[in-house]
Amino acid sequence: MHQRSLADLAAALRRREFSSEELTRACLGRIARFNPRLNAFVTVTEERALGAARAADQRIKAGEARALEGVPIAHKDIFCTKGIRTSCGSRMLDNFIAPYDATVVEKLEQAGAIMVGKTNMDEFAMGSSNETSHYGPVCNPWDISMVPGGSSGGSAAAVAARLVPGATGTDTGGSIRQPAALCGISGLKPTYGAVSRYGMIAFASSLDQAGPFAVSAEDLAVMLQAMSGFDPRDSTSLDRPVPDYRAALDDAIAGLRIGLPKEYLGEGLDAGVAKAVEEAIKVFERLGAKPVEISLPNSRLAVPTYYVVAPAECSSNLARYDGVRFGYRCAEPRDLRDLYERSRGEGFGAEVKRRILIGTYVLSSGYYDAYYLKAQRLRRLISADFARAFGQVDVILGPTSPSVAFKLGAKQDPLTMYLCDIYTIAVNLAGLPGMSIPCGFAGGLPVGLQLIGNYFTEPRLLNAAHRYQRETDWHRRVPPGFE
Amino acid sequence: MSLYMEWEAVIGLEAHVQLMTRSKIFSGASTAYGAEPNTQACAIDLGLPGVLPVLNGEAVRMAVKFGLAVGAEVATRSIFARKNYFYPDLPKGYQISQYEQPIVKGGRLEIAVDGRRKTIGITRAHLEEDAGKSLHEDFHGFSGIDLNRAGTPLLEIVSEPDLRGAAEAVAYMKKLHTLVVYLGICDGNMQEGSFRCDANVSVRPKGAAKLGTRTELKNLNSFRFIERAIEFEIERQIEVLENGGQVFQETRLYDPDEHETRPMRGKEEAFDYRYFPDPDLLPVELERAVIEDIRATLPELPDAKLGRFMRDYGLTVYEAEVLTADRALADYFEATAKAAADTEPKLAANWVMGDLLGALNRDGLALAKSPVSPQQLGGLLRRIADDTISGKIAKQVFEAMWRSEGDADAIIAAKGLKQITDTSAIEKIVDNIIAANPSQAAQYRAGQDKLLGFFVGQVMRATQGKANPGQVNELLVRKLKGG
Repeated sequence: MHQRSLADLAAALRRREFSSEELTRACLGRIARFNPRLNAFVTVTEERALGAARAADQRIKAGEARALEGVPIAHKDIFCTKGIRTSCGSRMLDNFIAPYDATVVEKLEQAGAIMVGKTNMDEFAMGSSNETSHYGPVCNPWDISMVPGGSSGGSAAAVAARLVPGATGTDTGGSIRQPAALCGISGLKPTYGAVSRYGMIAFASSLDQAGPFAVSAEDLAVMLQAMSGFDPRDSTSLDRPVPDYRAALDDAIAGLRIGLPKEYLGEGLDAGVAKAVEEAIKVFERLGAKPVEISLPNSRLAVPTYYVVAPAECSSNLARYDGVRFGYRCAEPRDLRDLYERSRGEGFGAEVKRRILIGTYVLSSGYYDAYYLKAQRLRRLISADFARAFGQVDVILGPTSPSVAFKLGAKQDPLTMYLCDIYTIAVNLAGLPGMSIPCGFAGGLPVGLQLIGNYFTEPRLLNAAHRYQRETDWHRRVPPGFE
Repeated sequence: MSLYMEWEAVIGLEAHVQLMTRSKIFSGASTAYGAEPNTQACAIDLGLPGVLPVLNGEAVRMAVKFGLAVGAEVATRSIFARKNYFYPDLPKGYQISQYEQPIVKGGRLEIAVDGRRKTIGITRAHLEEDAGKSLHEDFHGFSGIDLNRAGTPLLEIVSEPDLRGAAEAVAYMKKLHTLVVYLGICDGNMQEGSFRCDANVSVRPKGAAKLGTRTELKNLNSFRFIERAIEFEIERQIEVLENGGQVFQETRLYDPDEHETRPMRGKEEAFDYRYFPDPDLLPVELERAVIEDIRATLPELPDAKLGRFMRDYGLTVYEAEVLTADRALADYFEATAKAAADTEPKLAANWVMGDLLGALNRDGLALAKSPVSPQQLGGLLRRIADDTISGKIAKQVFEAMWRSEGDADAIIAAKGLKQITDTSAIEKIVDNIIAANPSQAAQYRAGQDKLLGFFVGQVMRATQGKANPGQVNELLVRKLKGG
C-alpha cells in the first residue's frame, strides 16, 4: 500500500480496495517503525487519525467521498492545529496548543484527508538542513547520516520514506523545494497568495508560502487543489478562481520554451547535479520542448537580498514570543526585562536569534535605508529579471540545490548553509511558483530539478513535471530499507 | 510687565480619537467598552501565532470622513507599517500604524479664543490600533493585562505647532471633539478614553524663529487636564530656562492630583521603533469615486451649521456657538424651533440654552435622557407666544413637564394656569388693589414711580401670576395716574 501514490490511494479508497482505517493503520505502523530512525514526526495523532479514518470510511460507504477522502497526510508543525500542539520546531512553542486550525489544515480536512501527525522542521522554518529544530535533526531516508534539507525536512523525509503519501510544507526561501530535492520527492511552492497563510506561523510574511509534498506531480496537483483558494482571513490571499490543477497534466509539451538560466548552471554547481539536470533537459527536448539559454543577471543578489528582507520581517514577527501570554516563560523572572530577556534567550535557538539580531539591525534607524530599503529595490530588480525571462520562455528549468544532501553537522558556518538556497530564494523574492522533482542521483543521493513558472502558471509547471515523470521513474525510487 | 510676557509657548497636539466601529480595526472582536477583562480579545488581538490582520473598511471610511471635513487631502494610497517595541500590553510586539503614508494629509481647523479667530493646521491623520491596558493595582507585585482595548481603531490627528497657549490648545481640542462627534466617527467619551491627546510643548523668547526643546505630555484625557498640564509645563519650562537651565526632550506624565508633570520612567529610552511596511496588509487603495461617495454622506459641519443658525434663526454668534457645539443639542434646538411653529426662534434658543441646559445640568443628565422632548418644549413656547401663559408661569409648566406630568397644554389646564386676559376681570382686581393701598397710591402719584412695581406684584399675587403682565402694567398706570 505504502508504495502507491496519493492519487492512486485516493482512487483505491473510493473503489474500496481497502479501508481508510487499514491504510491509516499501515501509515501509523510505518511511522512507529521508522520514525525513531528518521525523527520526521514530532507529534503523532494516532487516535484522532483512526477516528477520522473510520468517519471517512462511512462517507465512502455512503458514496459521499471527497477528493482526498481517507488519505493519510502529515502537516509540518508550523500549521496551527486546534487542540494539538504546534511547536514550530522551537522550545518557545513546545507547550503551545492553538485554539484554531490553519486554513490549510481546515481545507485538507474538508477535502477528507486524515492528519496522522505533525512533522519536524527547522526552528521557525529557519534553516536548510533541519538541524536547528528543538527536537533534533531529521535524517535523510537515503542515508541517515545525511541531512534531509530544510526547513520542511520532516515532511520531505516522511514522504520519501513512504510513511505518508503526502505532506504539507512551507517555503520562504526554498524550504519545500530544497528538502524535496534532497529527499528525492516532488514539492511545490505556489504563487505567493495562492494558499492562505492564516494559521501558518509566520517567519517572513512577504515570502512565506505553503505547498504540498508528494511522490509525483500528479499527487501535488491533487493536494494543491484542496489547499489553495482565497481566504478572507489573509489579506495577501489572492481573490481569483482556483484553476483545475489536474486538467492539463497530460497535455503535450511540444513547443514549450524552456529557459536555462546560465547563472544557475555554472560556477558553484556540483558536477553530479549538473549532469543529472543536463540529462533531464534532454528528456524535455525529446518531448518537444525548446531549450533557450536565458540570463537572470541579478541572481547573485538574491541571497544577500533575502538575508535582509527575511530577518527584518522575522525580527518583528517573532516579537510576540515574549513569555507574557503563551509559549515558553523563564522560571521566576525578577522583573519585566528579565522576563523578556530570559524567556527569549532560553526559548529561541541560535539560528533564530541570529536572524532576529540581523533583522533588528537592518531595520534600525540609520541602517534602514542602507539595508532594508536597498533590499526592497534589489527585490524589484530580481522580479524584473524573471519578468523579462518570461517574455522569452514558458518555464525556467535548473537545479533546485547546488549539491545533494550533505552530512549532518557538515555545515557549521551559517553563510555556507545559506548558499544551499542560492537557486530557490529568488523565486520567493519574486513571489513566483516553483517546484522540485527528482531527476536522478549523484553519489547515490537524489538530485532535484527545479521548474519555475510565471505567476499563476502552476497548471503548466505541473503539466511539464507530469510529462517528465511519465518518461522517467526517479520519483518512484524508494530509499533502500524503506521499501 | 511680568517675565512671562517675554516668552511664547509653542504647542502641537496629537489627538487620539477612538473610532466607533462595532468591531476592531483588524479583527472581528467587539469594541464595546467596559466588558470583563480579556473577554473581548480574540486570537488576533492576542497576537497568537499564525493569525493575520484584516482591515476593517468602516475604520477607513471614518478616517476619510474626517479628512474631507477638515479640507485635507485623502490619500488614494496609504500604507500600514509596524511600530516595533516590547510592552506587555502590546501583544504582537508591534503596533500596526500608518507611518510614512497616512490616509489624511494636510487640513485645517478654525478656532476662536476670546473672539479672535485662528486657523490651526492639521499635519496628518493616520489609522492605527490601540494597545491593551496594564493594570498595576490588585495584583500584589504583579501587573495585570487587559487586552479588551487592543486593536480598537484609533485615528491619530496631528496638529501643526500652531497653538500658542493652553487656551488655544483647549479651544482646538473642543473644536475637534465637536467635529468628530458631528461626523459620527467617535462617541467623544473622554472618561472612557475615546478622545484623548498628547501635547508637545516648548517655549521660546517671543519673536524668536527657532523652536525651543519640546517635551511631550502623555495621555491628557479631559479638557481641564489639557489646560492645566500645558499651563504647568509652560511655566516649568520658563522657570528652568530663566534659571539658566536646559529643557530636555522627554516624555512627561501629568499628575492631576499633584498638579504637576513628571518625567515618565522606563518606557522612554530614546526608542527606535524600526518602522517598516506591514507585509501582512496590502496598501489601502481608495478610488476617487469612493472618496466622493463618502463626501456625499457628510453631515452639515459645525461651522456651516453655525452660519446657518445665525442666518436662518437670527441668533447671535454666541447663541449659535453654544447651540452648535454639540450636534445633538443643535438638533434639539432645531426640533424645538420647528415644534414651536410661528414663535420667534430666539425664544427657543433662550429656552434651550437656559432652562433646558440648566435642568439637565442640575440633574446631571445627558441631553438624550432629557424628560422633556423638543416637541413638548415647542408646545410650551407656543403657549407663551399666544399669550396663554406668561414667561413666568411657563417656568412652572416646564418644571412640571420635567417631572413628566404631561404636555404643556395638559398641565396648564390641570393647574388652571391660563393667563387672565379678560380686561374687565383684571380691571376689577386693579381697582381693589389701588383701593386697598391708598397711601402707596398717593406716593406714586406724588412722583414715586418705583412703586408701580409694588402694585404689579400685588396684582400678580392676587391672580396667582395668571394676569397678563403687560395688561396689568398698562391698567395700573392708567388708573393710578387717572385716579
